[in-house]
Amino acid sequence: MTEGPSTASPHRPGLSRDRVAQTEAEVIGTSAIERTAAPDALESEQELFTINMGPHHPATHGVLRLLVSLQGEVVRDLKPIVGYVHTGIEKSCEDKSYWKVIPFVERMDYLAYFFNMEAFCGCVERLLELEIPPRANYLRVLHLELNRIHSHLVWLGTTGLELGAMSMFFYCFRDRDRILDLFEMSSGQRMHTRYFQVGGVFEDVPAGFARRVLDFCAEFRTRIDQYEALLTNNEIFLQRTKGIGIVPRQRLIDLGVTGPLLRATGEPWDLRKVDPYLAYGDFDFKVPVGTVGDGWDRYRVRMAEMRESVGIIEQAIEGLPEGPWIADDRKVVLPPRDELSTSMEALIHHFKLVTEGFRVPPGEAYYAVESPRGELGCFVLADGSAKPARVHIRDPSFVNLQALRDMSVDGYVADLIQNLAMLDPILGGIDR
Amino acid sequence: MPDSPGLELIAGELNEAHPGSVLSTYHEHGQGCLVVDPEQVLDVLGWLREAPGQEYRFLSSLHGVDYLPAEPRFGVVYELLNMPRVERLRIRAALPDPGAEALPELPSSVELFPTAEFQEREVYDFFGIVFRGHPDLRRILMPEEYVGWPQRRDFPIGGEPVIFTHNERQVPRWYE
Repeated sequence: MTEGPSTASPHRPGLSRDRVAQTEAEVIGTSAIERTAAPDALESEQELFTINMGPHHPATHGVLRLLVSLQGEVVRDLKPIVGYVHTGIEKSCEDKSYWKVIPFVERMDYLAYFFNMEAFCGCVERLLELEIPPRANYLRVLHLELNRIHSHLVWLGTTGLELGAMSMFFYCFRDRDRILDLFEMSSGQRMHTRYFQVGGVFEDVPAGFARRVLDFCAEFRTRIDQYEALLTNNEIFLQRTKGIGIVPRQRLIDLGVTGPLLRATGEPWDLRKVDPYLAYGDFDFKVPVGTVGDGWDRYRVRMAEMRESVGIIEQAIEGLPEGPWIADDRKVVLPPRDELSTSMEALIHHFKLVTEGFRVPPGEAYYAVESPRGELGCFVLADGSAKPARVHIRDPSFVNLQALRDMSVDGYVADLIQNLAMLDPILGGIDR
Repeated sequence: MPDSPGLELIAGELNEAHPGSVLSTYHEHGQGCLVVDPEQVLDVLGWLREAPGQEYRFLSSLHGVDYLPAEPRFGVVYELLNMPRVERLRIRAALPDPGAEALPELPSSVELFPTAEFQEREVYDFFGIVFRGHPDLRRILMPEEYVGWPQRRDFPIGGEPVIFTHNERQVPRWYE
């Protein structure tokens, strides 16, 4: 901001903020409050003002710090500063045998733990060239899609909260809890289940699980209708999201953005469809896309994705093949518990797997899955020992966060909050 | 994914366009990788991005790898993706260790792929690999005043003291 020639008001010497005396503008009113309506009186508000938003801010979805340069209420520049919850997970993984890495990677993106497990297990299976049985394939898809709904529900609840729809938060967390109940039923844990194993899944789903899942699906369809009735045509919600945070499609691709953010601009890029991993080729589902890529499109894409996920879950339950749920490779997979008391060989395998872990032949692989936030890739370098030499997770939140600047610059602070909510970053995944 | 002959073809064409750029190729687990000269990595990435028939225009991941004890020690890995054909190609810039004092260097690819900005900062943060021409090369996840390159294989695990009430005076410079 360039200061004008200092001709301070004769009435109030030294008070440079009082611009009225310096200008030819017609003075409106006599009190300071009245005068702020005059454009020139606002001039000192045009100075750039740099403030910290976060790291402890309820709207930043975790410990994200944004260095925001404001001109009045308009964001002119923005720099995300991350790393506050960095725990060195990638480094720790190098000191753990392969099967002990699974709980570590789960804790990166703590809303999409099944996806992290799938990225890592799938990558190790690619290194081992290990096929997983069809039932495990379907069970993985089933849990991944339940997890996608769970993650989108947390997103929907917190986004609603930030845009003033507080009841959404309670409704969404009510339904999320039902999904956590399902996870508890199949794996014994509500979060961070460690359900996926290298070679398949830990255990078959219990009797009655299918019925509970179908009950949930039937009810959840009506729930989505209710949420859409609350938000989709809500005047406040529309005004806050319509036409806000638009970034051109090509710019998003250059920035490496994937997931619902990219699909909202009309790009039908979904790894489940274009590069079907697991059993996704067997299922009939659509890839929802938006048109312009504003906040409202991002919302619509995620809502439609939840509907598609419900469809996939129902198909997975209907088509769930019989058979083993984990590969029969005794060098990698723990032998069944009942064999330990009768078979010496099984006992030896069990002992070797638990103490040392399995060895992976040298090589490297990259395996990407479509997480609720975009492409979640895992790179594993194996050096022939029982521990990985390098584990790198390409977290979609980390890459997508770079788009926040493009989304928010020259918009209002309130829109910055909306953009951040629609970006849906998970700081555990960003910082790892 | 290009198969092994396809990978050799790409390598051959690249070596014609930019002599000496591809050092070796390998193909494993259905994925192809070109090991390239770090000084020419921008030529390689630019060629793969623009050459007709290649068009790898999406950089899905950029990360560092420490291949200790192999030589050259460091690798900066670019996971390229051709979205219309859904083909992935891995490019690895092979960087020798310049010794204890110096840091390995290679040109930054932020101009070609803006997505590389955070990811190159991450590689710098954890491996001490310098990207020349990066607009803002600072540590990103570790504290800015941190000393050392934690993801290198010779960096010890568990080397950070955790300060509790009982040991805060034993840990050097606990008060800072």
